[in-house]
Amino acid sequence: MDNGLHRSSNEAVVVENLHKQFGDLEVLRGVSLRAHEGDVLSIIGSSGSGKSTLLRCINLLELPTSGEIKVAGEAILFNKTKKGLVPTDIKQVERLRTKLGMVFQSFNLWSHMTVLQNVMEVPIHVLKLPKAEAREQAEHFLNRVGLWEKRDQFPAFLSGGQQQRAAIARALAIGPRVMLFDEPTSALDPELVGEVLKVIKDLANEGRTMILVTHEMKFARDVSNQVIFLHNGLVEESGTSQQVFYETQSERCKAFVSSIH
Amino acid sequence: MVWSWIPEYLPKFMDGLLVTLQLLSLSIIFGMLFAIPIGLVQVTGPRWLAIIARGFCTVVRGTPLLIQLWLLYYGLGSLFPSIPGIRESFMWPILREAFPFALLAFTISVAGYEGEIMRGAFKSVPKGELEAARAFGMSRFTVLRRIWLPRAFQNVLPTLAGEFVLTLKATPLAATITVFEVYGIGSIVRQETYRIYEPLLFVAGIYIVLTGIIVVFFRWLEQRVPQPV
Repeated sequence: MDNGLHRSSNEAVVVENLHKQFGDLEVLRGVSLRAHEGDVLSIIGSSGSGKSTLLRCINLLELPTSGEIKVAGEAILFNKTKKGLVPTDIKQVERLRTKLGMVFQSFNLWSHMTVLQNVMEVPIHVLKLPKAEAREQAEHFLNRVGLWEKRDQFPAFLSGGQQQRAAIARALAIGPRVMLFDEPTSALDPELVGEVLKVIKDLANEGRTMILVTHEMKFARDVSNQVIFLHNGLVEESGTSQQVFYETQSERCKAFVSSIH
Repeated sequence: MVWSWIPEYLPKFMDGLLVTLQLLSLSIIFGMLFAIPIGLVQVTGPRWLAIIARGFCTVVRGTPLLIQLWLLYYGLGSLFPSIPGIRESFMWPILREAFPFALLAFTISVAGYEGEIMRGAFKSVPKGELEAARAFGMSRFTVLRRIWLPRAFQNVLPTLAGEFVLTLKATPLAATITVFEVYGIGSIVRQETYRIYEPLLFVAGIYIVLTGIIVVFFRWLEQRVPQPV
C-alpha cells in the first residue's frame, strides 16, 4: 500500500527550502528533505557542507533564516523577522522536540547525574511520567545498549563509547518519533566506534525512523534507505543508498563516496 | 593568663554566638537568593539588566563593608526617626534595631561577591549539556532548575566554602553598630574585666571552630556531589 496519500500521512520530518545564514556566510542555501516513518536517512558531505546545521535546524537548536519544517506532520510556526525566523509558540517547539531524540557528537550527558538519572530525567521532568515507570523504562533502554551494569555510574567514569550508548538510551527513553544523530562516532577513539554503530544499526533494523549525519561512509551505505549528499549548502545528490553511492552522475559526489570503494 | 571570667560570661557568649550564626546564615541565604539571578542575568541578558547587575557587583566589591554598614545604619537608619508617624508604625520595632541593618549590609555584600562567583559558575557549564536539555524539550525554567543551576553549584562549591568563611570573619564588623555578636561580647568582657588578650583569644577560638564547621560541612557536601571531569 504505497500510494501517495499513505506516504504523505506518515511523514516524520519534512524540511522545505531551508536557508541558514551565519552573518555573511550562507551555510544552507535552500535544502529540502523528507523522511517517512521507518526511513533511515543519512546526510553526508564534507566538513562545512552544512549537514550538522541542517540537522540542528530540525529541532531548532539553530534557527533557520527561512524555510519550512514539519515534525510528525505538524508545521512549526514561525514569525518572520529581519534577523530570520523566530518560533511563534515556544511551547509548540518544546512539545515537538520531545518527538525528536537527539544524539550529539560529544554525548552531552549531564555530568551531575548518574547514567540512570540521565535517562530518567526527561521522561520525569518533561513528559511527567511517574517515577517508577520512568525507571523501569530507563533500565530497559540501558539494557538494550548494554549499559545496565553501569546505571549508577557518573558519565565521567565511562568510556566515550559507553557515554555515547548512554546518550542513545537517553534519546530512546523520550519515546521519539525520529532519532537524530549528529556525527555520533566522530568524537570516539577508533576502537570504540564499532560498539556505537552496532547499537544504531540495531535501531535501524527494528524499523526506527532516523536521520543521521555521519562520516562513516560504509555505515551510511549499509544502514540507510535514503542518502543526501550536501555540498556548499545545497543538495548535490539524493536518492537511495544504491543511487548515491554507485549510480551518481555528480563528479563531486563520486569523488566523495569513492573513499569506501 | 586569667580565665576565671569565663563562667560568668559564658551565657552572654552563647547569646553572641546565636547572633553571629543568625547574621551569617540569614545573610548567606538571602544573599544567595540575590546572587543567583545577579550571576544569571550577566550571562543570559537582557543587556540592561546585565549592566545593572555588573554595576551592583562592582560597587559592592569596590567599597569596604565597614563603610556600607555605617552608611546604612548611621546614614539611612538615622533618617527613619524623622519620618512622621514611623514610631507608631509596625515597621518601627525593626527599624529601631541594629540587627536588621547589619543583616541588610551583609546580605548586600554576599549578593555582590557571590553574584560575581555565580556569573562565572553559570558560564562554566558546558554549552553542550544545556543544548541537550533544550533539545529534549525542556523549558527554559526547567533547564535552569534541573541542569544549569545544579551544574553551576557543582563547579563552585569549593569556592563558596571559602567565600562563606570570609563572610563569617567579617561579622565582627556588626559590633561597630551595636550588634553584640561573638566579638561584641568579647569587647564587653574586655571593658568590664580589663583583660585584653584572653577574651580576644577566646573569641578567636570560637571563630576557628565555626570555620572548621563550615569547611567540614562543605567537604561533606562536595563528596555527595559528583565532580565534573
